[in-house]
Formats: sequence, structure tokens, C-alpha cells
Amino acid sequence: MLRDITIGQYFPGKSVIHRLDPRFKIIITGIFIAMLFAADGFIGLAVSCAFILMTYLLSNIPIKLMVKSLKPIIPVILFTSVLNLFFIDGVSVFSFWVINITDEGLITTAFMIIRIIALISGSSLLTYTTSPIILTDAIERLLSPLNKVKFPVHELAMMMTIALRFIPTLIEETDKIMSAQKARGADMDSGGLLKRAAALVPILIPLFVSAFRRAEELALAMECRCYQGGEGRTRLKTLKSSGADYSAMAVALLFLAAVFVINAVTG
Amino acid sequence: MAIIRTEGLTYTYSQGTPFEKTAVKNVDLEIEEGELVGIIGHTGSGKSTLIQHFNGLVKPTSGKIYVDGQDIWDEKNCRIRDIRFKVGLVFQYPEYQIFEETVYKDISFGPKNMGLDEKEIDRRVRETAALVGITDAQLQKSPFELSGGQKRRVAIAGVMAMEPKVLILDEPTAGLDPKGRDLILAQIKEYQKRTGSTILLVSHSMEDVAGFASKILVMNKSELYCYEDTPQVFKKADEITAMGLSVPQITRVFGRLRQMGVDIRTDVYTLDFAVKTLMEYMEKNGKDIEQC
Repeated sequence: MLRDITIGQYFPGKSVIHRLDPRFKIIITGIFIAMLFAADGFIGLAVSCAFILMTYLLSNIPIKLMVKSLKPIIPVILFTSVLNLFFIDGVSVFSFWVINITDEGLITTAFMIIRIIALISGSSLLTYTTSPIILTDAIERLLSPLNKVKFPVHELAMMMTIALRFIPTLIEETDKIMSAQKARGADMDSGGLLKRAAALVPILIPLFVSAFRRAEELALAMECRCYQGGEGRTRLKTLKSSGADYSAMAVALLFLAAVFVINAVTG
Repeated sequence: MAIIRTEGLTYTYSQGTPFEKTAVKNVDLEIEEGELVGIIGHTGSGKSTLIQHFNGLVKPTSGKIYVDGQDIWDEKNCRIRDIRFKVGLVFQYPEYQIFEETVYKDISFGPKNMGLDEKEIDRRVRETAALVGITDAQLQKSPFELSGGQKRRVAIAGVMAMEPKVLILDEPTAGLDPKGRDLILAQIKEYQKRTGSTILLVSHSMEDVAGFASKILVMNKSELYCYEDTPQVFKKADEITAMGLSVPQITRVFGRLRQMGVDIRTDVYTLDFAVKTLMEYMEKNGKDIEQC
């Protein structure tokens, strides 16, 4: 069902990783991605994977969840592996009719698969260990220099917060509307592509109507509480960085440096 | 023959996860054709989940449901969509499901899905619209221009137009003023009189159900507490109050009288009957009552 969507889901906890300053977490995730793309051999890749494995262990997030986060990207993995497997030149190891698999192809495919898996599990760790509200808060702070060029950073962050807040509400609403239309005999599971698209109309229209109604009510409620944008607004929880945050970043940078050194030695 | 029958009906949410919760536990039930049933229970008692079983929106974890003598999950002999036309379900706040450009088109959505011909659809739409008090001029309007109460009645008409043998309504009066509430309840009763169909009305207000239903089904903590004739249920006023449901004000008055030592019956739940009971009592022992 719709309720099983896990992308961007937060799993509360009290681990070292959970407690890190979210701004640093975002930066460290960036460093990790840089690490993955900088690595040009299996040793470099292994070092990056060791880094993400270490953080997973520290965060107490069950490995099951990591596997679950990979499910939606299986098609992407399959697609890229097929492309890499069949279209890279090299010494042939297996050939049949027009299919020609080469050693180069096999190596590149394995490399790509590991890289994609590490990339997704790394970035989902960020959302697993940071609540969406804190995350947008951190993004707002990280982007705050853009205020100087009159970029509406606070408004953007507020919109993101509201959007995230309403995802579960809208999922629940969609569920309800679907049931109501099914009770009136709406048929959503049969027919061709065109018929199925037409069957969505009775669901989408009520959903849009209610989304607009909610937006209007929320806007009114915010105004009643004197919301007037980011100017002069203070926070209940200010982000504070501590020694742990700096050391975590240092570790991440150390791994990045290691990858570059390995590249230089093996390259 | 019972129009709806269940055997050991059980439903568990999110089975096999830490969030596991049994919403309906071992319900055996037989609802006769043409009955007017009130379903009451506190929030989270499982009444909404129970009714979604009756038209096959929710598949039971275990147990069986028979509609018109037919096991609805026997996939060989039964198409679940046909069951949905036989058992019409009106959800809470049904006005949020309206989507067509005109009221007419929205009411005809259900009948159209049944594959009826134009003439029959037209007859049904006009009949049900008249029943719920929607005028011909309003039929051609956009449903989004109507008032809240009118929208609610259009949505209910949309299910009535399928002419189901069983009509289930989940809190059809929620959020309406007393006048709108009485209007909708009267129209539902009128529909029942005209078609002879079975009506199930879910509510957590005993006041709504009291004057309306001939039988009452009480759900408590996922279990079927009782399913009996309305007067029988009101004799259990104390137990029902203990469940966190409130009995009608007039029933409470009679319970209080009894506590004060007046020898009077307590299964009173409508105003007319209350007047009658009091008059009888006063005729019998007119002097005693002044002493109280």
C-alpha cells in the first residue's frame, strides 16, 4: 500500500550519528559523495564503503532498513548494469549471437553497482538519522549566505518544511478518497493505459481540492499567529556545533584524503 | 435470510510488524434484510473497519463474510465489484469525494460504473436528487458552488443512486448543525421506506441512533459487545456509559429518577415515549410523584 513508502523517513534514536549537528551531517554526506566519485579503483571504493559501513554501525540503524531503502532503485541498478555489461569493449569472456560480454564490462558493472548502492545508502542514512524539520533548518542555515543576493532562503526552507509535513497527511487522504471511489464502483486495476489514466481523475480532483483547502486554512492559521516571513524571526532550538562535529568531519576528510592517496599510488 | 452474515471476522493491521493492532476481533453477526441498524462505539472501537469489510474494501485476516448468502471472498463465484454495488458505503465527510463538473454527473458516477443504460441512469439520478432535496436547477450546477450540507447530500445521493440492497453510512451527520442533521436522517429514513433496503448507520452519538434505528450494534474495544433491539440496548445504559459513550439526555433523566427512588422504567430514549411513560406513571400514583 501507499503507506509503505520509506524514502526520507526518519528513525528516531540517540546514537552519536543522530546527535551530530545536522549542518555537519549534510557536509559530511557531501564529502562521502565526493569520495565515491573520486575513487577510481576498487581499493578506493572499498575505503569509501568502509566509511559508510562504520557510520551505519555507529548509528544503530538496522541493516534491514538499508536494504529496504535500496528497493526503489533496483530498476536503475538493472538498467545501468545492462548498459555497462553489453556495450563496453574489451577482451571477450562470453559471447552468444549479438551478446558479447567482456572482462572490462564485468569490472565496470560491478564497480557501478557498488557505487550506486553506497551512494543511496549513504544519503538515506542522512534522512534516517535526521528529522525532516531539523534537516530543513540546517539547509536554511547552510544557504543563509545566499540572503546577501536577495535569495529567499527562509521562505524556501519554510516551503520545504510544510511540504514534508503534509506528505503523510496527503497519503492518508489519497487512501481515503481511493476507498470512497472504489465503493462507488471505480475500477482502477484493469483496462489499458488510457483507461487507467482516466480512472485517476476521480482521485486527483478531490485530492487537489482538499490540498488547496488545507493550504488556505494553514495560511490563515499562520497569519493568525503573526507569521511574517524570516525577518527578525528567532528559533526555539539554535544549532550548536561541538568538538564531536569537528572530529567527525575530520574523519570524513581523512577518508577522502586516503582515497586520493590511493588513486595517486595505484593510478 | 440474513443479508449480511459474518463468521469469526478478525482484522489485524500491519500484521507481523511492531505496529500490529487488532481492529476487529472475532465478530459473529447476522443482519436481517430491511433492518435499520445503528452501529455505535467509541473512537477506535473498530466500527469503521468493521463496515469496510461488508463491501469488500478490507479483506479480513481471518473469518468469513456472506452478503446475500454469498461468500464475498470466494474468488471463483464472486466479483468484488458486484458486491460494492450491492452494499453501498458512504464514508465520513463524503463531500470530499466529489469531483465532477456538474452535480448531475457526480451522482451518475456510480450508476455509470454499473454499466446501466442512459435512460435508467437518468431516472435514478433524478429520483435520488429529488429525495435528498436537490432541485433540477442545482443538478446542472458545479458541485463546488453548493453549501456544505448540500454537498454532503449530493455525495450521499451518489451512493443511493446505485440502489444498493444495503446502504451503510459512516457518521453522515458529523459536523452538521441540528437542522441539517435532522434533514439527512429523515431523508435516509425516507429512502429506506421507499426501497425497503437495509440501512446501517454508524455514529458515536446515541442521540442520533436512538430515534432512528430498530436494532443497535455496539462495538467495544474491537469486539462486538451486543447486537439487540433498541429498547434492550437502552436497558444497559449504565454499561454503555462506562464504555465512554453517552446515552441520550432523556434516558439519563429516567435513570436519575430511578436512583431517587421512583419506580419507573429506564429504557426510555425518545421524547414521545418519555411523555407517555410519565403520564402513565402519574395516573397510576399521582400523589407519590409530588413527594419526590
